[in-house]
Amino acid sequence: MINKKVADVTEALQGVKNHMTFMFGGFGLSGIPENAIAELVKLNVKGLTCISNNAGVDDFGLGLLLQQKQIKKMISSYVGENDEFERQMLSGELDVELIPQGTLAERARAAQAGFPAFYTPAGYGTEVAEGKETREFNGKMYVLEKAFDADFGFIKAWKGDAAGNLIFKGTARNFNPNICGAAKITVAEVEELVPVGELDPNQIHIPGIFVQRIFKGAHFEKRIEQRTVRPKS
Amino acid sequence: MLDKNGIAKRIAREVKDGYYVNLGIGIPTLVANFVRNDIEVEFQSENGVLGMGPFPFEGEEDADVINAGKQTITTLPGASFFDSAMSFSMIRGQHVDLTILGAMEVAENGDIANWKIPGKMVKGMGGAMDLVASAENIIVAMMHTNRAGASKLLKTCSLPLTGVGCVKKIVTNMAVIEVTPQGFKLLERAPGVSVEDIKNATEGHLIVESDVPEMEL
Repeated sequence: MINKKVADVTEALQGVKNHMTFMFGGFGLSGIPENAIAELVKLNVKGLTCISNNAGVDDFGLGLLLQQKQIKKMISSYVGENDEFERQMLSGELDVELIPQGTLAERARAAQAGFPAFYTPAGYGTEVAEGKETREFNGKMYVLEKAFDADFGFIKAWKGDAAGNLIFKGTARNFNPNICGAAKITVAEVEELVPVGELDPNQIHIPGIFVQRIFKGAHFEKRIEQRTVRPKS
Repeated sequence: MLDKNGIAKRIAREVKDGYYVNLGIGIPTLVANFVRNDIEVEFQSENGVLGMGPFPFEGEEDADVINAGKQTITTLPGASFFDSAMSFSMIRGQHVDLTILGAMEVAENGDIANWKIPGKMVKGMGGAMDLVASAENIIVAMMHTNRAGASKLLKTCSLPLTGVGCVKKIVTNMAVIEVTPQGFKLLERAPGVSVEDIKNATEGHLIVESDVPEMEL
């Protein structure tokens, strides 16, 4: 067993520097690497390029990095829940690249899987395709999209072990498995770090080979963005 | 004239037994409430769930189980969770049978715009570009005119596009319209709405063939 376990978030984020490119798991606030984000706020590294489907809300998730003006460029698919984001974008302080959600997922997966680029129909004929190669296959037009190239990938899983094996829960899975192994260093934070051998190999979502560092998150708030319920009748 | 629930109710009649369906945010989400309960349908949410159920009971909400609108949901027996790349494999790979989404504008050639108003509103496209570029069967659910009273069914879209030539059917508060190579073909009128009303509210080319029946809801 190759040990990927580190003591805490401080050790997990060693080597993080200004002007790096990071990828973050999470959809909305679900399944975001809360502990890594809190540590990045503490380290106050600046000039970051952040790849994440969403940009958090004003006071949580990547919104915390935006508040401290740590992010130079954001690559996302949907950023509608964050006023500070909108302010920084419209004032020109923040460079924003909006890309289709499936393209974001696949650019991560391509990096994980060793594909430099791929063709997708998403965005053909729109401003997303401007300046990109296009090509026809079987009578339909496609856009060439490139794999991401990031320094760190920060992801969150439900359970993991010291070998770096991971299991996700519910829709908190989202982009997290696609980001594992897509950056030079993948840092996984888990709710439960279980002894090696306890996870059933049949049930593992991401094998440890895609993870360089794993730690048990000290605290997970797991904030709900839209609490929708029906009354008990 | 229909309200939002009326539009959803009419679209629900397009949902057939055995369909996998992706519902967008807004009016499309309401469609789930009106699908006949004697047919089997599974709802896909692109953040990674197939077999979505209703909202949870108070106190049973789970931060780890949400839909693409970031709302807490439940799952039905037979449901599954998966990662984002697999979710869009379902969409791009045309395994989803029906996509229902909202729009700011639709053009008579089937172009759709729904993600950006330059200088005013930039929220992003989310999964909409992947959905409209791939789906064979796309229904747009929207009001016929915008808040200022201007038509949303246009000759050409004025806003940045989400996809080109992809919309097949539009259900509005006034009409059911099919997008054909010749333009918007009027299929049905909403209760109490005349063909003349629809013509006046449609900027793009509207094709009216003899009798236009009233919608059955």
